[in-house]
Amino acid sequence: MLRLQNLTKQYKTGDLALKSIDLEVPDGQVMALIGPSGAGKSTLIRCVNRLVEPTTGSVRLNESEISSLSQYQLRKARRRMGMIFQEYALVERLSVMENVLSGRLGYVSFWPSYFRKFPQNDIDEAFRLLERVGLDRMADKRADELSGGQRQRVGICRALIQDPELLLIDEPTASLDPKTSRQIMRLICELCKERKLSAIINIHDVLLAQMFAERIVGLQLGEIVYDGPPGNLTAEVLTTIYGEEDWEATIEKVDDEESDTVPTSAVRAK
Amino acid sequence: MSAPRTWKRPPFIERPLLRWGLITGSTLFLAISIGTMEVNWERVAAGVPRAERFIGSFFPPDFTSKSTDIWEGIIESLWMTVVSTVIGILLSIPVGLGAARNLSPRFIYLISRGILAVSRTFPEIIIALFAVKLFGFGPFAGIIALSIGSIGFYGKLLAEDIEDMDPVQAEAVKATGASWFQWLNYSVQPQVMPRMIGLAMYRFDINFRESAVLGIVGAGGIGATLLTSFDRYEFSSSASILLIIIGIVMVVEYSSGYIRKWVQ
Repeated sequence: MLRLQNLTKQYKTGDLALKSIDLEVPDGQVMALIGPSGAGKSTLIRCVNRLVEPTTGSVRLNESEISSLSQYQLRKARRRMGMIFQEYALVERLSVMENVLSGRLGYVSFWPSYFRKFPQNDIDEAFRLLERVGLDRMADKRADELSGGQRQRVGICRALIQDPELLLIDEPTASLDPKTSRQIMRLICELCKERKLSAIINIHDVLLAQMFAERIVGLQLGEIVYDGPPGNLTAEVLTTIYGEEDWEATIEKVDDEESDTVPTSAVRAK
Repeated sequence: MSAPRTWKRPPFIERPLLRWGLITGSTLFLAISIGTMEVNWERVAAGVPRAERFIGSFFPPDFTSKSTDIWEGIIESLWMTVVSTVIGILLSIPVGLGAARNLSPRFIYLISRGILAVSRTFPEIIIALFAVKLFGFGPFAGIIALSIGSIGFYGKLLAEDIEDMDPVQAEAVKATGASWFQWLNYSVQPQVMPRMIGLAMYRFDINFRESAVLGIVGAGGIGATLLTSFDRYEFSSSASILLIIIGIVMVVEYSSGYIRKWVQ
């Protein structure tokens, strides 16, 4: 369980990115964090693993208080939090395998990692994960030879090989085409279920968020303005999150009987 | 119908007074500089046939009569080049890391930038003059001078390359819980390596050419042999030395291009 209490981040420039956020993510929950650019979504997930230092407030993952850890303890804690990035953030000149294995760096000491001598278990797991995402034949390709969707799959493997309890996912589909976006989101959600991981997914695309997340949190100017199931996202809610716009076409009907093949016009008629 | 709206590219310097002041000022300065340059055309004219004779005496280049001296000088130069390039680059890595703003705390950053500034201030030949005074004549003084020069060159470019790296790749490796050295090895090194290998080749090239100059102040290398042959008016030997230097520089040039393509 991840618990943020009273989390505030003020940048040196004086911008208040997060204003006293309180948020709980129970184990196994996939949560989507939506909101306009600059709402503080990236800052929020980066405060969890302290790539951005929170100004005040507490971040607890299970029983450990992340915000007060020493540098050494923080490294140990980061192993339990996998991160997936918007532009994949693979190290482009390293091979696919090296990128995946870099997820084990927190567990391996310097010289073995320098000579790329990872424990056999790690290598087995890396191949298992690459196979799971359909890239085991690509292990020795350089990361910059892959397509966007393939790169993001490698990014997912790198996060999962850390054996995390929590995934922090920053705009996973922002640079992908619509079909690949769906495939990636589906893959992430499946893997979270398989491994009972909780996840915070920052995402621009409201439709995708509704399709895949079990809970949606709306962030606006550093404050949580919506927290609820995807089905309750109404035009009014989207207006409070993003501002005035015609939202009808964006809202997806989440209905038990009807599948997502229902055209949006049918939803509007309701 | 209204008058058409005109458009002109806004001038680079907004204020007209400053703009025209700078233009006339620099034109005037250039004109005065050219005007006061003293060229004695008679001397230039006399120099032309002398140059012909001088260059003529370079031919045919004589590789044989001083071959042991030339051979020893070249070997010494190459040896100085290799040693000083390796030492210089090894020492410049910590300085370069320290001088990268995105890696180092302010205190270390300032110290490292200071070291780089000092070692870049003096040309190798001046450092060599000091080194010869301190350690006596010979290649050791040359190696010291070239190593110090290499630190300034390589350290500065390394620091700048690190500052230009993609921060997201670095952030991703940091997020895995990697230690600082692992982070360096997995995210910084792959990003800067190809360029740094190319620059190492380039520095090797520079050090070799510099080593030909350092002999003039007594810091060892082929330069001493070259100077001696000039002093003795053995221009055909000088020519052979120059040709060998050109040849080696070209070999380094071509192989560095090839290596750079290969490591990309």
